[in-house]
Amino acid sequence: MAPHRTVGHPRRVRRGLSTGLLAAVGGAALLVLVVIPVVALVARAPWSSAGEILAQPANRRALRLSLVVSGWALLLSVGFGFPIAWLLARVAFPGRRVARALVTLPMVVPPVVGGVALLLAFGPDGLVGQWLDRWFGIQLAFTTAAAVVAATFVSLPFFVITVESALRGADRRYEDAALTLGASRGMVLTRLTLPSIRGALGAGAALSWARALGEFGATITFAGSFEGRTRTMPLAINQALKTDEPTAILLSLVLLGVSVTVLASLRDHWLGGT
Amino acid sequence: MRLALAGGAPMGDGHLQVDLMVEPGETVAVLGPNGAGKTTLLRVLCGLSPLTEGRLCLGVEVLDEPATATFVPPEDRSIGVVFQDLRLFDALDVADNVAFGLRAGGTARRAARREALDWLARMGLEGRANDAVAALSGGEAQRVALARSLAPAPMVLLLDEPLAALDSYQRAAVRRELRDHLATHHGPCVMVTHDPLDAAVLADRVVVIENGEVSDRGVLSDLVARPRTAWAAELGGTNLLPAQARGVALAVPGGGIIRAAEAPGDGPVFVAIRPGAVALYRHRPDGSPRNIWGGTVAAIEGYGERVRVQVAGPVPLVAEVTAAAVAEMALGVGAEVWVSVKATEVAAYPA
Repeated sequence: MAPHRTVGHPRRVRRGLSTGLLAAVGGAALLVLVVIPVVALVARAPWSSAGEILAQPANRRALRLSLVVSGWALLLSVGFGFPIAWLLARVAFPGRRVARALVTLPMVVPPVVGGVALLLAFGPDGLVGQWLDRWFGIQLAFTTAAAVVAATFVSLPFFVITVESALRGADRRYEDAALTLGASRGMVLTRLTLPSIRGALGAGAALSWARALGEFGATITFAGSFEGRTRTMPLAINQALKTDEPTAILLSLVLLGVSVTVLASLRDHWLGGT
Repeated sequence: MRLALAGGAPMGDGHLQVDLMVEPGETVAVLGPNGAGKTTLLRVLCGLSPLTEGRLCLGVEVLDEPATATFVPPEDRSIGVVFQDLRLFDALDVADNVAFGLRAGGTARRAARREALDWLARMGLEGRANDAVAALSGGEAQRVALARSLAPAPMVLLLDEPLAALDSYQRAAVRRELRDHLATHHGPCVMVTHDPLDAAVLADRVVVIENGEVSDRGVLSDLVARPRTAWAAELGGTNLLPAQARGVALAVPGGGIIRAAEAPGDGPVFVAIRPGAVALYRHRPDGSPRNIWGGTVAAIEGYGERVRVQVAGPVPLVAEVTAAAVAEMALGVGAEVWVSVKATEVAAYPA
């Protein structure tokens, strides 16, 4: 039939056109936002003095501090995040929607605002901080612990939302079957639920850790930039950029390398990536 | 130990209200159309769905009674379930699936595995212990699911459409095996099915559930001979008509009068007539039997050699005749016919 052909033909052309258009837009974005900046970073790297820069104790401390702080943030995100994700996904309680919004709040709040909020809560004159100091002699702000708190603050939601959606999507029928076989809730969790969402657990942990590793705004506001104590890699890079550009570039490359390496190995292990 | 339920729970967009008693060693089939509440009933029995009213007991133990805030969770009930979709654990091999309930009950790993191997041998699956469950055929998977449920020696066994996942060839064989295994289970057994053949072969008694309520119960042959609902009548392929009885005269809503051989007692009754007992004529037969009505052919359906002819009229009936008879009488939709039934073929019983 003639009308069929005249309708069908342009449609096919349009689809080809839109694929090309999408590829062009996507490719341009990738080029501008990722490829060119990374190439610039690599091209300007001070390769000849790399060993010397990396040998400087301040830089090694910054790297070690970054790993320690992001590691703790990951542990806390998983430790607090899993129960939160479980509650949000599996337990119907009043105010669940509000709770879910609160959990994701740090994702949408600018980190520096989060840092100010943390400072006003737990800082020396903070709402809670002044009592912590007066009663227990605990001063949280401007310590490594504060850097961990800041990093956890920003990274926790990444773990929670990834795991929560996996828990909600997980097939409950097998858990039901296990219960009728007399399995305790703990056995159901460890033998069935966790294995079935291990991809999401890995992805959530990876996202959360990567966010903690790159954390800057909340950290510098709440923990300050004290060398060896709170000056993690992003803060060290920011510091170096003002006075010592080669160091800033090299530290950036190191941070890039660490994240890419860890995420790539996680991808192979956990996510069964392509 | 007797399983006794009298209570209600929400289901889908309705409510399930059932009383059910199953004696030890007895198998009760729960029949009913899709969405009637059969699966919800099983979930209530095994504790995956709580009752909202009433009480569920196993022997003297109360398993679920909302009025006293008593609820024994599924993992603490000695109730095994074979699910319609089996739900074998992919991550475990065949033997570990069977051993799962034993491990959950605290049996040591090796002992549980050994017992699982015994179960597999009993099921004729000796060689499949280390296989992945995905490698099993439908019939094998069904047997593994049964072994997994029976291995922890539950007091009660629940089967949800145990043969639905099988093709018709496997179904007959597995049904026979299932009968043998059920004979060795000494506790109450409840089997949900939509297939009356399962109920006939495997069950001692039948409970029919429709719209969340028990619409009939008893022995299958009685239910089929004397159905009380359209669904049960269709199950046995029987004509079912509501009627008002006065003596042996049964008045049906269409205006016709059916005469029975015995008076069922005055008042509302059900009238069941086998399609095979309904005779068809093109001309009004001589000798005038007492039950004779005129009508028009509304539909004709063939079942191999047999043909079911649906006749509309003062007494709407389905007649089952041979294909040859249909041809001889030149029956077609819209044809005028006479329908007759012997009074002795009319089963009438109080509604």
